[in-house]
Amino acid sequence: MVTNATSLTRSGLSDFIIQRVSAVILALYTLVVIGFLLMTPELDYGTWVEFHAGTVMRLFSTLAVLALAAHAWIGMWTVGTDYVREHYFGQRATVFRSIYMVICVGVLFVFVAWSLQIFWRL
Amino acid sequence: MKTRERPVNLDLTKFSFPLPALTSITHRISGVILFVGLAFLLYALNLSLSSPTGYADAVALFDAPLAKFVTWGLLTALGYHLVAGIKHLFLDFDFGETLQGARLASQITIVAAVILSILAGVWVW
Ligand code: HEM
Repeated sequence: MVTNATSLTRSGLSDFIIQRVSAVILALYTLVVIGFLLMTPELDYGTWVEFHAGTVMRLFSTLAVLALAAHAWIGMWTVGTDYVREHYFGQRATVFRSIYMVICVGVLFVFVAWSLQIFWRL
Repeated sequence: MKTRERPVNLDLTKFSFPLPALTSITHRISGVILFVGLAFLLYALNLSLSSPTGYADAVALFDAPLAKFVTWGLLTALGYHLVAGIKHLFLDFDFGETLQGARLASQITIVAAVILSILAGVWVW
């Protein structure tokens, strides 16, 4: 059996809602960054730093990377529990799935720490 | 195994999937691609914001044919995931939750994602 011990909130409904809210945040962030790039054809280093270093943009980036961590945690958990299970992997499925989740969460942790460093050292 | 009367597992390769099922699995695949691809994007972002030289290095990096292709691939995955994600949210809120509605939404998703992918290609190259 697949349990929800490694899901983000251990509640299907909470995970569902967080994944939707984080999706909207990520969609808005994507549009803002791509919109900026499209509207600034003559981009140079100064303009690029200025864009990211503003307080509002910094906070928005922080929000986006936290949303990403939650979104991808829930998303990768859903994928993992769909495929890494007894039917395909036999008795060891739970062990494999735990390792898989540790890797996913580890990668997400690095993404968050790295992003915060990028945005807040500017 | 052949003597068993009932199949233990459905043979997915023999199914003819309805369009909404195909757009759904593609949404999943694009999500996983983005998860992996973010490492590349963060690397480039970090480089571009590190210093004027780093910025120049990042610009040069995006000139390499392979990097262009990866960027285009990631933009395509993002565009698809975004459009299909918005479709998903509409269906979650019970808009168009009928068989016809789901088919139409899937068709719109594919058309929109292909257009975005082409635009991304024009932008990158
Ligand atoms: C940019 C980084 C993003 C990453 C790495 C990412 C990753 C993922 C992953 C791995 C899944 C799981 C797929 C599944 O369960 O089949 C997922 C699901 C989802 N994503 Fe994203 N996503 C991103 C951005 C977005 C955006 C911008 C939207 C905007 C609308 C979005 C909307 C959704 C929705 C609605 C789901 C739920 C699908 C379901 O329950 O089947 N995602 N995402």
